[in-house]
Amino acid sequence: MPQMTMRDALNQALHQEMERDERVIVLGEDVSGGAGGTSGEREASGGIFGVTKGLLPRFGAGRVIDTPISESAIVGAAGGAALAGLRPVAELMFADFVGVCMDQIYNQIAKFRYMFGGKSRCPVVIRMAMGAGMNMGPQHSQSIYALMTAVPGLKVVVPSNAYDAKGLLIEAIRDDDPVVFLEHKALYPRKGEVPEKPYTVPFGEAALVREGEHVTVVAIARMVPFAERAIDALAKEGITCDLIDPRTTSPLDFDTIVESVEGTGRLVVVDESPPRCSLAADIAATVAERAFGRLKAPIAQVTPPHTPVPFAPALERAYVPGPPRIEAAIRHVLKVS
Amino acid sequence: MSDSARLDGTRLLRAYRQMKLIREFEERLHVEIATGEIPGFTHLYAGQEAVAVGVCEQLGDADYIVSTHRGHGHCIAKGCDVGGMMKEIYGRRDGLCHGKGGSMHIADIDKGMLGANAIVGGGPPLAVGAAIACKLRGGGHVSVAFGGDGSANQGTVFEAMNMAVVLQVPAIFVFENNGYSEHTGCDYAVGSKDLTARARGFGLVAECVDGADFHAVYDAMGRAVERARAGGGPSAIEARITRFYGHFEGDPQKYRARDEVARHRETMDCLKRFRERMRAGGELAEAQLDAVDAEVLALIERIVADAKAAPPPVEADLYTDVYIHY
Ligand SMILES: Cc1ncc(C[n+]2csc(CCOP(=O)(O)OP(=O)(O)O)c2C)c(N)n1
Ligand SMILES: [Mg+2]
Repeated sequence: MPQMTMRDALNQALHQEMERDERVIVLGEDVSGGAGGTSGEREASGGIFGVTKGLLPRFGAGRVIDTPISESAIVGAAGGAALAGLRPVAELMFADFVGVCMDQIYNQIAKFRYMFGGKSRCPVVIRMAMGAGMNMGPQHSQSIYALMTAVPGLKVVVPSNAYDAKGLLIEAIRDDDPVVFLEHKALYPRKGEVPEKPYTVPFGEAALVREGEHVTVVAIARMVPFAERAIDALAKEGITCDLIDPRTTSPLDFDTIVESVEGTGRLVVVDESPPRCSLAADIAATVAERAFGRLKAPIAQVTPPHTPVPFAPALERAYVPGPPRIEAAIRHVLKVS
Repeated sequence: MSDSARLDGTRLLRAYRQMKLIREFEERLHVEIATGEIPGFTHLYAGQEAVAVGVCEQLGDADYIVSTHRGHGHCIAKGCDVGGMMKEIYGRRDGLCHGKGGSMHIADIDKGMLGANAIVGGGPPLAVGAAIACKLRGGGHVSVAFGGDGSANQGTVFEAMNMAVVLQVPAIFVFENNGYSEHTGCDYAVGSKDLTARARGFGLVAECVDGADFHAVYDAMGRAVERARAGGGPSAIEARITRFYGHFEGDPQKYRARDEVARHRETMDCLKRFRERMRAGGELAEAQLDAVDAEVLALIERIVADAKAAPPPVEADLYTDVYIHY
């Protein structure tokens, strides 16, 4: 199987779905770039992270739409086009920019199907780059999946690797509900095996990334490779863990998590979003509710502190939960039980 | 007599020094960023200096500005400490924002600098708020929103312009039209292709100036400030300008004609234009300007060395300046 970066896997998914279904369009800032430039070169960009490269030359400016800097209109237009029968994939350059277009996400597209009594479909995908780790500062580094997960009517996808990214993006485009698709920018170069052919990864099915007996670890997006490192290091001491990657936070596969905790009796949740009202808190609460009797130790949550994401490398390193903190949390739940 | 015709030698020399300081600050960053030592994402202001300086030379510490992701020039022109700025850009503990903000978030409230902003269109509504405060206090102060041609397409900017007109507050919207928003041309993204007319459509008094001409910017700003201070309400200025580097450092600039920047460095360099004007008018001697150049270069040398040597923040700093942490 070919090795591919997550960036290329996402790019391939877009190519294949646009090829398969002419209702699929892509819109956003600089998704191709070059329009109105002086070099005469179109596709001067291909997306700031290169995910939409090659789409304009292949599918043309009718379906690959460069927009002005107008996030509300980008997301709103995607929603309207979806109501009118297209399957738009809108891009927000950075997930932080949901702040600009929250109404269109929160009050508009998330509500249509329910509010219109099931008479409408809004098959829009909103892709966005999230996450800390590149010293981009407080307004370009946030992990917003908890915010998005809190909104009924939205599906929320958080791939951790290239294989899942491709399959989940194809699933998102084919899904009839609005999907917020969050790509961790530090994962774009992460390589994995990716089949050439189109395939889907279903929503609401977690992946069991490692199997073990002592502790259940649930990790999201970039926290998955970090948890792998911590878990693999502990395996040398005979400590083994289940590592669960939910892959989508809405719907969330609680069953797989609860089942695993029923076996291990211990849970560590690793989450890059701020701790209050987080996925970590949400998963911990559900496990406490559904598997209280099986817990041998208090649940541990590994999150950043409840602060904005700082710029300076020394501070950002301290902010992001890394393998040492995950390892310490696993040791902690083993010690206290 | 125009405002600029009234500038004496001291003021002219100061304006030149401010522009030169911005230029050399950015030229040096261009070199230092290439070494990989500077973290994050930096947008250089080189080429646009006459706009920031032409605008800010009309302001005092009690006037406000809000800035953009391309904010170093605005900060320097408004009087931010360049040593503190350089340290901030390097992510140092005693940087102007203690390393928490970086290049895109430099702020100095005491200087009336309400912050660079990494959200395009984030600033103008804040500028309207500051203008409300100015109006309420009655001291005749003004508030300026800097923004690019790309920002002019953001709904928040439309809302801010309209509200400024409705409330008749002393706000001045300065659009620096450098022809591009990231990798997309202004002629594509601004549907009407005319930012000045757009501002007029909102009811603002608006004019368009050559952004490489310090005197032209200064005079246009003088008219806007005078109107605002006299209670005549908001204005807009579109400054046509160019940027000498890519959108951010590392941008391959494939959207730009190969010789565009070289051409613009010849014809749209505000420093060259300023020097030529001084030579023609005789207000400042060549030797005075050369002395400023030397002084500025030495200053940049010093602040870069200081920034490199300065210590990074410590982990405990992560938890300060936030109401609580968990
Ligand atoms: C809300 C928002 N959308 C998009 C971006 C990404 N972005 C940063 S700068 C920029 C271009 C801004 O163009 P312009 O306003 O002309 O300013 P210039 O860069 O030319 O100074 C874009 C699209 C952003 N930072 N914030
Ligand atoms: Mg611009």
